[in-house]
Amino acid sequence: MIAEIGGYAAALALALCLALGLLGVTGTKRDSRIGAVTAAAQAASALMALSFACLIALFVRSDFSAEVVAANSHTDKPLIYKIAGAWGNHEGSMLLWCLVSATFGAILATLRGSQAKGLWVRAIGVQGLVTAGALIYTLFLSNPFARLDPAPMQGSGLNPLLQDPALAAHPPLLYLGYVGLSVPFSMAMAALLEGRADQAWAKTLRPWTLAAWTFLTLGIGLGSYWAYYELGWGGWWFWDPVENASFMPWLVAAALVHSAIVTERRGSLAGWTILLAIMGFGLALLGTFLVRSGVLTSVHAFAVDPERGIAVLVLLFVALGAGFGLYALRAQKLAQPAGFAAMSRESMLVWNNFGLAVAAAVVLIGTLYPMIVEAAGGGLISVGPPFFNLTVVPLLGLLFLLMPFGPLLTWRVADMRSAFRRLAPAMALAIATFAVALALSRWRLVPAVGLSLGVWLVAGGVSYLVIRARRGAGGAAKVLALPLAAWAMAIAHVGAGVLTIGAMAETAFRSEQAVVLAANESIDFAGRRITLLNVGHVEGGNFSATRASFRVERPGDARTLVAEKRFYPTSPMPTSEVGILSDWGGDLYVALGEAERERPGAWSVRLYRNPLVQFIFIGAGLMAVGGLLSLTALWRRRMETGQ
Amino acid sequence: MTFIALVAAVAAPVVLGDPIQEARAHALEQEIRCVQCQNEPIAQSTADIAVDMRALVRERVAAGDSDNEIRAFFRERYGDFVLFRPPFDARTWVLWLGPFFLALLGVFAMRTAWLQAGSSEADALEPEEGDR
Repeated sequence: MIAEIGGYAAALALALCLALGLLGVTGTKRDSRIGAVTAAAQAASALMALSFACLIALFVRSDFSAEVVAANSHTDKPLIYKIAGAWGNHEGSMLLWCLVSATFGAILATLRGSQAKGLWVRAIGVQGLVTAGALIYTLFLSNPFARLDPAPMQGSGLNPLLQDPALAAHPPLLYLGYVGLSVPFSMAMAALLEGRADQAWAKTLRPWTLAAWTFLTLGIGLGSYWAYYELGWGGWWFWDPVENASFMPWLVAAALVHSAIVTERRGSLAGWTILLAIMGFGLALLGTFLVRSGVLTSVHAFAVDPERGIAVLVLLFVALGAGFGLYALRAQKLAQPAGFAAMSRESMLVWNNFGLAVAAAVVLIGTLYPMIVEAAGGGLISVGPPFFNLTVVPLLGLLFLLMPFGPLLTWRVADMRSAFRRLAPAMALAIATFAVALALSRWRLVPAVGLSLGVWLVAGGVSYLVIRARRGAGGAAKVLALPLAAWAMAIAHVGAGVLTIGAMAETAFRSEQAVVLAANESIDFAGRRITLLNVGHVEGGNFSATRASFRVERPGDARTLVAEKRFYPTSPMPTSEVGILSDWGGDLYVALGEAERERPGAWSVRLYRNPLVQFIFIGAGLMAVGGLLSLTALWRRRMETGQ
Repeated sequence: MTFIALVAAVAAPVVLGDPIQEARAHALEQEIRCVQCQNEPIAQSTADIAVDMRALVRERVAAGDSDNEIRAFFRERYGDFVLFRPPFDARTWVLWLGPFFLALLGVFAMRTAWLQAGSSEADALEPEEGDR
């Protein structure tokens, strides 16, 4: 019964979304019709919430007569992972997509912001159509409420790699980001339909874009952190197509966050902002397609079904076709750009957009290229980290070079010399870092450049706060009294710097070693003596594990560390629970390998020293905090101005 | 009584004596794809075949082959798929030149937008005005 209620609620939501979509998109100024559209959007979101609650209930009750539950759950699973199982599979995650889209539609329908009524109603309508498209796909091609008869006695379990707190939170966050980009898309489409994109429109666009970007940052950061501690080789980013699929919308969302500022403050770049909003959502859909269609073979691609892939592609082409088509027709009607000089806040934000957009395009080419070559009969090729490290990374490096200047420049025309003077301390610090890193790394140029860029961003962010505080009455001591928006921006920019430092240090200076150890044998690694104490067997809730304990000694310091290999009866592949000891300089990372065949009692062990690796995740965290604070600042402004 | 033996014999990847050769071997292992795993370089894979492939890289490095010779060696044995750094050829020139082309296109588009926008009458705004 629960499954039927869930399916019925989703079907009702679909009908409502189609109706409100058609009513909204055509636009109206009549209050009664606006009321109907907003009420329908809110009702659709309530229905989707009910529908998703039904799916969770099926998982919690381990109702194996529901096909997705039987395929993805198990009675032995801890409750939290039963719940997470609801979105840890293709069908459930698509239903989550619909839920998020409908909920954002309802929020959009409730909070008009400063935008004109006509734009607002059309945006709600487009958002309704987006939700309807996703619902059609979900209900007809990957129905999470399909029944199984006869129902099996036991489910086949969730992919054990996914039984992890970070990965339980990763898909919802990523979806909040992906689907969050549907609102800027809807607003952009509304602007094109209405033939105008004014400053008030951009003002309402900003919080949506920021929210989507923040969720994407959190989702990607969490996924990367999960890969780091779960996959067992200490990597955190591999330019895997699935990672790229989330990185492209992130880059475009970051560009959009900045271009919307220009449109709001100065009224210029409206056309470009609209184009970015369309591309951002297009890339989010493409990401969903790449991950969900099975065109890529990796952990995430759990649906291997061409029919579904083609359906997502159809949705993608409808969205992009409508978007670009309308853009081509209407872009001329949009607001004329206001002038600005080659050295101004605007020009810096334009360079930012240039860098981020080109980076996204390069990632797109690199990700799709193997598929294109294969489809054209050119055989199998791989495009991996060497390509992206040679193209995207230097581009982002150039962007980082300019980053600290942007916030210090005035709108329209700026005095570059004064900006240089104000950033002199930061520059000196970056150059000193470069020199020291060059000497310490024995003349390795790339890490020295990368580290000094990271320091440049951090110092640039701090300089900005100090400079702004000095401008006020209280002098530099008043830095805490600065507006929240200033802090938010500085924190996000510092986060990018911290991430850069961590990424460079980890990539350039990591050391690793594979050893075979029996109990009480030791190895000297990265200035530590590591001793295998014992290897034992432990039973977990729904898995059994081989657990190895190690002693890690340094002069005046001894700690123990535990690494595990877990075996889930429902999965043929064991998973690793690595042992990590963190200190200020980085992580000692120990992964347990296999028992040696030739030497009974001995185990292969992989040791890694990952310098400053925490900086990567702290940096991503700071960027997300910056996004959240910025949202709070926008919210406060809204409350104060009463709009 | 605890007996502590320092392990000298290191597992699978034989460490090359020369640190420069070792660094080269390691870098190569990062860009050669494990043919059994889904999307991993042989440097990270624990599959048996990756162990063999790593040994092969080290053998070639020790024998004095250049990086490009070693890439070509693996390419010949396992096909283009094995290289995470795709070779520059008739199929991939678009890929390798694409980023530069895109950057040029971007600069050109920005220049056009610039000329259209005109920058003559621009006066500086007070920073406070912009920051509100």
